[in-house]
Amino acid sequence: MKFKHAALPYMVWSAVFVLVPLGLVAVFAFTTQDGAFTIDNIARVSGYTPVFMRSVWLAILATAICLVIGYPLAYLMSRMSGVRQRTMVMLIMLPMWINFLLRTYAWMTLLENNGVINSLLRLLGLGPVRMINTQGAVVLGMVYNYLPFMILPLYSIMTKIDDRIIEAAQDLGANPFQVFSRVIFPLSVPGISTGVTMVFVPAISTFIISRMLGGGSNMLIGDLIDAQFLGNAYNPNLGAAISMVLMVFILLVMSIFNQFDDSEEREGMLI
Amino acid sequence: MKKLFSAVLALALALPLLLVPAWGEEMDYSGMDLGYYTRYKGQGRSISVYNWGEYISDGSDGSLDVNRAFEELTGIKVVYSTFDTNESLYAKLKTGGSSYDLIIPSDYMIARMIGEEMLLPLDLGNIPNFEDSVGERYKNPSFDPGNRYSVPYTWGTVGLIYNTTMVDENDLIDSWSCLWDPVYAGNMLMFSNSKDAFGIAFKMLGYPINAESKEQLDRATELLKEQKPLLQAYVMDEIFDKMTGGEAALAPYYAGDAITMMEDNPDLAFVVPEEGSNIFTDAMCIPKEARNKELAEMYINFMLEPEVGLANIEYIGYSTPNDRVYQLLDDEVKNDPVRYPDQELLDRCEYFVNLEPELAAYMDEKWTELLSADERYSQMLMPLVMLGCVIATISLNTARAVRKNRQQPN
Repeated sequence: MKFKHAALPYMVWSAVFVLVPLGLVAVFAFTTQDGAFTIDNIARVSGYTPVFMRSVWLAILATAICLVIGYPLAYLMSRMSGVRQRTMVMLIMLPMWINFLLRTYAWMTLLENNGVINSLLRLLGLGPVRMINTQGAVVLGMVYNYLPFMILPLYSIMTKIDDRIIEAAQDLGANPFQVFSRVIFPLSVPGISTGVTMVFVPAISTFIISRMLGGGSNMLIGDLIDAQFLGNAYNPNLGAAISMVLMVFILLVMSIFNQFDDSEEREGMLI
Repeated sequence: MKKLFSAVLALALALPLLLVPAWGEEMDYSGMDLGYYTRYKGQGRSISVYNWGEYISDGSDGSLDVNRAFEELTGIKVVYSTFDTNESLYAKLKTGGSSYDLIIPSDYMIARMIGEEMLLPLDLGNIPNFEDSVGERYKNPSFDPGNRYSVPYTWGTVGLIYNTTMVDENDLIDSWSCLWDPVYAGNMLMFSNSKDAFGIAFKMLGYPINAESKEQLDRATELLKEQKPLLQAYVMDEIFDKMTGGEAALAPYYAGDAITMMEDNPDLAFVVPEEGSNIFTDAMCIPKEARNKELAEMYINFMLEPEVGLANIEYIGYSTPNDRVYQLLDDEVKNDPVRYPDQELLDRCEYFVNLEPELAAYMDEKWTELLSADERYSQMLMPLVMLGCVIATISLNTARAVRKNRQQPN
């Protein structure tokens, strides 16, 4: 019981820096600039449907690509020897030591029409390919920046899958596909759920990638919120309302995902 | 013994600091009103200055360290910090909690701050240099009639920067309409801030640069929508890389920054279009929360001293509104049409002023519409998606509860 007090600093911290600001966001979202109650701000958010849908779509795309790339890699990593595992984790973490903004800026130089990749293509006689300022470039930027957040949770779950379980399944006559679909996949679902959350949430609210790699015309929700605070019409109330809607949306998506996670896991346990 | 050793070590470490002055150039205080500047000496007072980043001569590369010189002369300590956009300055002042004695916002932001009573009126009697230094054409600006709240620091224009190797020799780049020329499709950049982008559209349409009605904003939005498919990207600071690297042929930008780009890539050229353009000024103001108004006015006066102004303008690279500084410039700079366009052209340039809140909000709305105009969705889609998510969560939860109940008896 005494250890309960150990959590006190964090409780105070989260009360002051998480709960109070969240409350302030809600207060701002439901008031006018003069402080009177209104739901006008929330109603106005639906006017930005195209921006919302684009953000959701690009975030889903980026998350799916991260999962497709990250899943096999995480599995192979978890079956490697100790030294190799540590080296791989190191290699995945390495880009994260460099500032996020700088990494995105570097992609800009790579993808430009006179950039590194197109210069190489030109040397090979292949015409310049339009890469920068497209939605594809935005997704690429998201995948590149958030891929480690997918791989690491998957990897840490998969290292816990005992080789003997896989061998047992094989002994009992499961073919490779059955081993994957009935043993490995169900056991890795908690990792998938964490990884998807860790990629989807920052991807849907990112705001600088679209400006740098998307040519500014692929506006995302993050850019929209940024514009409410640092744009021409200083409108923190609308900005707070957009943030609120985004937050509720993310919460809903997460809760749906958690359902899958739990039930699938139980099935996995039953087998 | 140990104590003595550490004292000697500390002295040895501090010695280089004492011997080598941190500023490059010595300041010559003769010709300045010493009685005026030394009024507060020895009182241990300080002022807090909030300026743009890289916007004052700071002693690097042998330039004059202006703040250091001010401290030396007046005995007033300068607490100096920087911001990166007018909007972040505004947001910072608006949220309160900080107290600056001197800020240097741009024209339209000054107008907005005056409108919202965020600035203190200046006592020009405390700024004796104002009368002789600030040129007639820079006095009494439209954003602050009579210079009641602001004293200009630098100014510049917006124009077209283009790559001479990428545009047709016979094609004269002298109009905003070049930015709508299909010949340069995919090779043009545009401002990614609504105020500057709409300003260009207004000039194209022959309107004043500050929106007067929603109809004007609608027309301008149509024009910008026509331009969008021809553009490579909407940019701000990314333009430096893109223009110097030959990534784009044509883009609008600020004259002072164009000079920086032209130094890096000699193929670049700059022109202020004949329709006229935006002229902008960054000016020194005193915010309402200031605690040391007289000291801030003294600082403003000091910035107007010819030697100080010259050091600043050489460091920043923008244009000076200070006639006495202008006289000290090299002839080459004085006659540079990028920095100092002729009067006839300047007469066609306008300042941004503060828009009515309703029009500013409408402009932001139209700007968002422009940037996300590719797809059309029903406004009902988002509430429907949210509703779908809620239903999905509830039904999944129920399904799970039901299953749990069935498993329980076993």
